[in-house]
Amino acid sequence: MNQIIDWISQPWPWYVAGPLIGLTVPTLLLVGNKSFGISSSLRHVCAICIPAGIPFFNYNWRKEIWNLLFVLGVLIGGFIATQFISNPHDMLISEQTKADLTALGITSFSGLMPAEIFDWNNVFTAKGLLFFVFGGFLVGFGTRYAGGCTSGHAIMGISSLQWPSMVATIFFMIGGFVMTHFLMGPLMSWVGF
Amino acid sequence: MTTIVKDNQAEVCDAPNSQDTIEKGLGLLKYMVIGVLFGIVFVKAEIISWFRIQEMFRLQSFHMYGVIGSAILTGVISIQLIKRFGIKTISGEKVIIPTKEFRKGQIIGGFIFGLGWAITGACPGPLFAQIGSGFTVVFVTLLSAIAGTWVYGRFATKLPN
Repeated sequence: MNQIIDWISQPWPWYVAGPLIGLTVPTLLLVGNKSFGISSSLRHVCAICIPAGIPFFNYNWRKEIWNLLFVLGVLIGGFIATQFISNPHDMLISEQTKADLTALGITSFSGLMPAEIFDWNNVFTAKGLLFFVFGGFLVGFGTRYAGGCTSGHAIMGISSLQWPSMVATIFFMIGGFVMTHFLMGPLMSWVGF
Repeated sequence: MTTIVKDNQAEVCDAPNSQDTIEKGLGLLKYMVIGVLFGIVFVKAEIISWFRIQEMFRLQSFHMYGVIGSAILTGVISIQLIKRFGIKTISGEKVIIPTKEFRKGQIIGGFIFGLGWAITGACPGPLFAQIGSGFTVVFVTLLSAIAGTWVYGRFATKLPN
């Protein structure tokens, strides 16, 4: 039993994780005729909690409760994987990436996330404003404007051979490249790295 | 070809429930179970890592490209099989895949999301898994993402689309 736990506690390679993620598409379709997509959950939260008479949030969200249970499951899955089968070793990060991030002011490379950013002490600082408030806002605003995220467009959309999803995915990547290569450096030094 | 393509679903939401049979209570728990398995894969493959997203956008690791690419390939094959063999859902319904119509938002919104993806190191799915993994401060990011969604909804009719 311990050997099995040790074995699944290692980081899973892409050729295991990718197909498992891809299988979510037929699983949701066959289990309940549901289309895979995660950013919709954010819209359902708005529709339930703060619809404010906005037409965009006026729909039958009760029919979409499954999506909120799905993301609650993702949160619980994150907890289980971290508590019971987490990788006991430091994460292996590309040396080039480490060098690039060190140049930007990142010093800690041990966990899944850089400790100097993802810390409650940063919430009310410029760092928190950039990484949590501004970043989160762009994710929520952008995915809804695009009509989906990596799951709804890149995986579900392209899997069903829909070209608008390919366009969306290309622009997700362009946005990411522009931020990483042109904006991240100035923004990070601006917030105190 | 038994797959019906409905295009009026796009207005309802982008990951719609196309099932006619209504599910309540415990019947909905299966989606939570699927989510749990999905969340475990997210953490174990380190997809939720801010560092992995940085590696991806810096083209310094194949990992994320391998994950997304093989996920899409698996999805394409699965959907083709469902179509070719007319596979029905477990409650016997025809599988419905809504059409995604092209809009300017996929370009503008897609670009904006990309900017945020590189900052937060997370698309919406990993946000939930990061919180579960103990990076509870990401809850702030999640609240802000909900606020971003709300602001989009508020001004949706005024934005180019």
